[in-house]
Amino acid sequence: MSNSDAFISIRNVQKFFGTFRAIESVSMDIGQGEFFSLLGASGCGKTTLLRMLAGFEDTSAGEIYIDGQPMSDVPPHQRPVNMVFQSYAIFPHLNVRDNIAYGLRKRKLTRAQRYELVDEMLDLIKLPGYGTRKANELSGGQRQRIALARALILRPKVLLLDEPLGALDKQLREQMQLELRALQRKVGITFVFVTHDQEEALTLSDRIAVMAGGKVLQVDTPQGLYEAPVSRTVASFIGNMNFFEGRVRRNGAATGAVEAEGLGTIPIPVDRLTRPDGAPVQVALRPEKFALTATRPDGDVPAVPARLNTAAYLGERSHYYVAIDGRTAPVAVSSPNVSRVNGPAQAGSDLWLSWSPDAVVILDPD
Amino acid sequence: MSDRGTYIERPNRPLQVYAAIFLIVLYVPILFIPLFSFNDSIYVSFPLTGFTTKWYSELWSREPLWNALWNSVKVGAVVSVICTILGVIAARAITRYRMPGKSALVTFLMMPLVIPGIIFGVALLVLLSRAGVPLSLYTVGLGHLIVCLPFAVATLLPRFEGFDPSMEEASADLGENGWFTFWRVTFPMVFPGVVASLLLTFTISFDEFIMAFFLTGTDPTLPMYIWGQLRFPQQFPSVLAMSSLILFASFVLVFIAQWIGRMGLEKK
Ligand SMILES: Nc1ncnc2c1ncn2[C@@H]1O[C@H](COP(=O)(O)OP(=O)(O)OP(=O)(O)O)[C@@H](O)[C@H]1O
Ligand SMILES: [Mg+2]
Repeated sequence: MSNSDAFISIRNVQKFFGTFRAIESVSMDIGQGEFFSLLGASGCGKTTLLRMLAGFEDTSAGEIYIDGQPMSDVPPHQRPVNMVFQSYAIFPHLNVRDNIAYGLRKRKLTRAQRYELVDEMLDLIKLPGYGTRKANELSGGQRQRIALARALILRPKVLLLDEPLGALDKQLREQMQLELRALQRKVGITFVFVTHDQEEALTLSDRIAVMAGGKVLQVDTPQGLYEAPVSRTVASFIGNMNFFEGRVRRNGAATGAVEAEGLGTIPIPVDRLTRPDGAPVQVALRPEKFALTATRPDGDVPAVPARLNTAAYLGERSHYYVAIDGRTAPVAVSSPNVSRVNGPAQAGSDLWLSWSPDAVVILDPD
Repeated sequence: MSDRGTYIERPNRPLQVYAAIFLIVLYVPILFIPLFSFNDSIYVSFPLTGFTTKWYSELWSREPLWNALWNSVKVGAVVSVICTILGVIAARAITRYRMPGKSALVTFLMMPLVIPGIIFGVALLVLLSRAGVPLSLYTVGLGHLIVCLPFAVATLLPRFEGFDPSMEEASADLGENGWFTFWRVTFPMVFPGVVASLLLTFTISFDEFIMAFFLTGTDPTLPMYIWGQLRFPQQFPSVLAMSSLILFASFVLVFIAQWIGRMGLEKK
C-alpha cells in the first residue's frame, strides 16, 4: 500500500548491525501534521528507526520516502527533518541565541533579522530574554526547550524527538508534555516522537506505533490500541489486561460466542470472529471493564459469582483481585470510587463479577 | 574521633615528605643554572664571587646564537603546527570511526614515547643518507615530528573522547556539511586541546637534542649550538645565561599548555 497522503512513508525497512537485526522489515505511513509516537521497551529499535529517518544510520534494506522523495541518498544535512536529541546536544561553546540561530547560516539573513527570529522562538518556548545566557547556565527543562527551538526555527517538515522528556522529573515532564502538544498544534509540523512511557504516548499522540524486538506490532490511535489491541503483547504493553483461555463457538452463520475459562459463554457478533468453530483464542478484558456488586445485577448482563482476595484503595479508584470458579489466576478489577463508601471492600466476601460483552477483545493464542 | 576529612582526602604525612624530596631532587640541580648565570666568574664553582648580569648582556652581541635560536623557533613552529594538525586528524579518527585494530593503531602512534631517541635518530640518518637527502633543518624537523606526534595525540585524544558525538550529528541535522560542522562545532570544542598541543610540541621540539644531533646539517638548532659552546670554558657562563632564559620560557609554555589543556575538562 502506498498511501497518497502519507508524508513519511517507510517501506520494508530493515537494519542490521553486523549480523544483529535491529529492525525487521518495518512499513508504515505517517501523515502531514501528525503527532506520531514510536513506543516500545528499551532496545526495541526506536532510536535506530528515528536515526534512519534523520539519516544518521543507513537502511540495510527498504526505502524511506519523505514528502514523496526517496531518502537513501540524501545526507542528514540535506533532509527536510530536524531532530531533538535525547541528550539535547546543546553546543556548549555558544550562548542560547547562537545555539538557536545555528542552522540559519545559509539563509543569508542580516544579524537583526536573525535575532528577531531567535526572539520569536524564545517567546514561543517561553524563555524570553534568555538569548545571552551561556549553555551551561540552563536547567534540564530549559535545555530541552532550547533544543526544540533550535530545530523549529528552521521550519522543518518533520521534527524527530528521541525521548526528549526522559531526563526530566515527573512534574516538569507532565508540564512539558502539555506544552509540547500545544506547540505541535500551533506550528503544525509533523512530530515523530520516541518514548518508552506508554502513558506519555497515549497523552500526546494522534497515532502510536507499538514496537518490540525490531518489529512494529500495531499502528493505531491511542483509543484503538487500548480498546482493540491486535495481540497479547500489545495488550499487555498498554495498560493492564486480564487474559482468559477460550474457544470459538459458532451456531451456524447467525450468532457466535466465545467460551472463556471461568466466565462461561459470551455472545459475540459473528463479524468479530475470524476463526472457525472450536478454535482456541485468548479472551481479553481490561480491569475497568468489570464491575463488582454485592448482588447479581439485573437484566441479562453476564455475571459470575466471585470471591474477593485483596482490595487496594488508590484514591480516585480501587483495585481488586477476585477469584472465580474455573480459573486459577485471580481476575484484576478496577473501579472508580463513585460513592464515599468504598464498595464491598472486605477480603473474603462473596460478590458478583459482571462485564460488558462489547468490551471483550478476542485475540489469537500465542 | 575527630573529623579527618573523607577517606581519600585524608592528609598523608609520608606522602607529603616523599613529594617534597622528589621535587628537590628533580629541580635543585636545575636551579644551579640560573644561580651561576648571575655569578661574576667564568668558573662554575663555589664560593660565588659576586653578582653580575654581564653574561646576559653579552648574549646580545652573539650573532651565531641568535641564528641558532631563530632556527629552533622556525623548526618548532612548523613542527608544532604539523603535529597538531596530524594529531587532530588522528584523534578524531580514533574516537569517531569504528575500525578494526584501533587499539593497535593507538599503541603504534604512542610508540615513539618509549623507543629511545637514539634509535630513531640513527635509523633516520641511515635512511636519509641512503636516499641521498642532505641534512638540513628540514631533516631535523622530520625527526622532531616523530618525537612530538605522540604528545600531540595524547593531548588531543581526551578532548575528543570527552565530547558527545551527538554534537556533530546535531550540527549535520541543522544543515551543516562535514566541513562546516568541523569549523563551527568540533574545532571550537577541542580548541583548548589544540592550543595545549601547539605549546607542548613547540617546547619539545625547541629543547630536543638527540634527533638534532644526528640530523642537523650546517644550520644548528639552539641545543646544538649550546652543545658546541661547551668546549670553550670562557663561553660557559653565557651558555648558562641562555639556558636560564630557555628554562624560564619552557616552564611558562608548559604551564600554560597544561592549564589550557585542562580548561573545561574538569567541569564534566
Ligand atoms: N551502533 C550499533 N551497533 C550495534 N548494535 C546497535 C547499535 N545501535 C543500536 N544497536 C542495537 O540495536 C537495538 C536497538 O537499539 P535502539 O537504540 O534503537 O533501542 P531503543 O529502542 O532506542 O532503546 P532505548 O529505549 O533504550 O533507547 C539494541 O539491541 C541495540 O543494542
Ligand atoms: Mg533510544
